[in-house]
Amino acid sequence: MADLVQMNMIQALNNALDIYMRREATAIIMGEDVGGFGGVFRVTEGLQQKYGAERVFDTPLAEAGIVGTAIGMALGGLQPIVEIQFADFVFPAFDQIVNEAAKYRYRCGGQYGLKMVIRMPYGGGIRGGHYHSQSPEAYFAHTPGLRVVIPSGPYEAKGLLLAALDCPDPVVFLEPKKVYRSVKTHVPKDYYTIPLEKAALVREGRDATLVAYGAMMEVAREAVLLAEGEGYDVEVIDLLSIWPYDLKAVLSSVEKTGRLLVIQEAPQTCGVAAELLAEVQRRAFTRLRAPLRRIAGFDTPFPYALEDHYLPSKERVLDVLRKTIEF
Amino acid sequence: MGQASCLEALMTPKLRSILNADGSCAEELRDLVPDSDLLAILRIILLNRVMDRRLMTLQRQGRLGFYMTSTGEEAVTVGAAYALREDDPIFLSYREVGSLLWRKVPLNAIMNQLIGNAQDLNKGRQMPFHYCFREHHIPSVSSPVGTQLPHACGFGYAARILKTSQVALAFCGEGAASEGDFHTALNFSGVLNAQTIFLIRNNGYAISTPESVQTKACSLASRAEGYGIAGVRIDGTDLLMVVRAVRDAAERARGGGGPALIEALTYRMGAHSSADDPTRYRPEEEMRQWEKLDALARVRLHAKWRGIWTDTEEESAWADAEKAVSQMISECERLPPPPVESLFDDVYERMPAVLRTQKEEYLRFLRDRKR
Ligand SMILES: Cc1ncc(C[n+]2csc(CCOP(=O)(O)OP(=O)(O)O)c2C)c(N)n1
Repeated sequence: MADLVQMNMIQALNNALDIYMRREATAIIMGEDVGGFGGVFRVTEGLQQKYGAERVFDTPLAEAGIVGTAIGMALGGLQPIVEIQFADFVFPAFDQIVNEAAKYRYRCGGQYGLKMVIRMPYGGGIRGGHYHSQSPEAYFAHTPGLRVVIPSGPYEAKGLLLAALDCPDPVVFLEPKKVYRSVKTHVPKDYYTIPLEKAALVREGRDATLVAYGAMMEVAREAVLLAEGEGYDVEVIDLLSIWPYDLKAVLSSVEKTGRLLVIQEAPQTCGVAAELLAEVQRRAFTRLRAPLRRIAGFDTPFPYALEDHYLPSKERVLDVLRKTIEF
Repeated sequence: MGQASCLEALMTPKLRSILNADGSCAEELRDLVPDSDLLAILRIILLNRVMDRRLMTLQRQGRLGFYMTSTGEEAVTVGAAYALREDDPIFLSYREVGSLLWRKVPLNAIMNQLIGNAQDLNKGRQMPFHYCFREHHIPSVSSPVGTQLPHACGFGYAARILKTSQVALAFCGEGAASEGDFHTALNFSGVLNAQTIFLIRNNGYAISTPESVQTKACSLASRAEGYGIAGVRIDGTDLLMVVRAVRDAAERARGGGGPALIEALTYRMGAHSSADDPTRYRPEEEMRQWEKLDALARVRLHAKWRGIWTDTEEESAWADAEKAVSQMISECERLPPPPVESLFDDVYERMPAVLRTQKEEYLRFLRDRKR
């Protein structure tokens, strides 16, 4: 645990997979281009060479086939770790995830459970247009039976992936591809986990609570620094587990600050922010000092040329922080 | 004509390839592409090559977000468009700019889309290659592979019911042929007797994944049989063969004879895209082997065999292409991005009130920031 290594998120994920594959002989990795090539983002680089082509392999280009087959493998005793090349391409597999993987345990009264992780890079900020930028977490969070997890940096990525891999339920693991190579941090070399269903208090503050996750954590941090320059002291929470989420952590912060702002890059309507705001307004109603706010992507498809306008920016966050605190 | 006899006709081995290694062909097959058309096609392939080279460079210089070449596959992309009627819709995957060039989509319209500037017909909404040119009967391209195949089937059914006599052609890669949509499209097309052609550009790779990982079968065309439609496997570097196969399939579909699947064997001579490095997963010598079967080399040789093409003509054609591409780049790069307000348009025909509020709030935020 003591040994720390500098890693970016790709390396941290690769390292988590490596540790897990070494430990669990039944774990297998499958997906498009994940074999010898190591995945289009290189998350599985070197793993086929290490664990063989029976355990780490390329599949035909068919997401429904990938997830459906993975479900069968899990039923048969393997532990599939699936890569969907981009979250935008998960939809051919939507039925298998939402109707099959998610409901399997419940519909058979717990006779079977599916221990499997479905990894996928998600999110904007890489000039990917409609189909290489989407943030589909809400679709999955809306599906009882799935766990949805989104790390924000290398340390979180490794700890959460190892926790997801140990989890007996199907986990949709969304990786913010904008952060893949943008930061390097100290990551413990050995096995460790970050518990699911737990948010992280990233910064303490008095004036407002800012909740974000994934690539939006960077925007949150930058906005909070700007706010600090204006004399505002903002508390920041990294949600990490999108569903089931850590309501307690958010509530105890809002009870202190009386103000809440949630950032998500997914379209606004019916998103994760809406869910948090609804629960917080009910449970912390008497402590609130300003309307609860969210900043989200607009309710349009993800654009190409105008993506900087689409994505929540630190300036927009600062603007809403000011309005919330000065309310 | 019954399905089986057509299938047999299309599967006759000698039909799979028309051009000989020395550039010659059977005299009676010359008319498939008359001399003047052959020259026009050749010039378009040259233009396509120049675009690929120059735009890849532009991408490397950071002036273009992303690029994908179609080098080596032009006999399929240009040849198929040539063999169709002008009003036959072509459902592109993404690697088929040659079809657009044959359709005379203006170069600037193509470039405006690649940049996503204010003149882009798609209003800068999509990544490069996600074309849509309704006027030229090119419906909208989307990234998820294979999704266009059922669309082409549905269009082909509409054409039959509305008696427009159009035939819809859809391109896809051999990788995309593994998606469920491919199988659904073929099955539906047979059941609906759609006026549709499915054209697989089998270029050997889906990013790093070789064809052998997509299927255990040795032919994709043979899948047609399972769906009761016509199927043929052709040499996709042979322009005349492509023209013949697509034209036969189109005539047949137009006449009510049903859909067809064409598998054109070709090779992706370049990287998958500007984000890819093929030396990581395929041997250089494999690439060199395919150079002999390069679509351009074969068409050029054939034109020379006909005695209608000289090196001097080729030199001036390259120069023309360079000039056209330079002009295209300089004219389109100057244009501004689409206006911010346009971000909110076209989600629906009429903007819902909630979206209008989002738009107004954001524009107010931008105005206040300026002050
Ligand atoms: C549904 C879906 N899954 C994954 C991808 C990512 N992807 C883009 S192109 C590609 C390979 C496609 O190969 P192929 O269909 O053979 O066409 P080619 O690129 O060779 O022309 C993949 C996997 C995608 N675009 N859509």
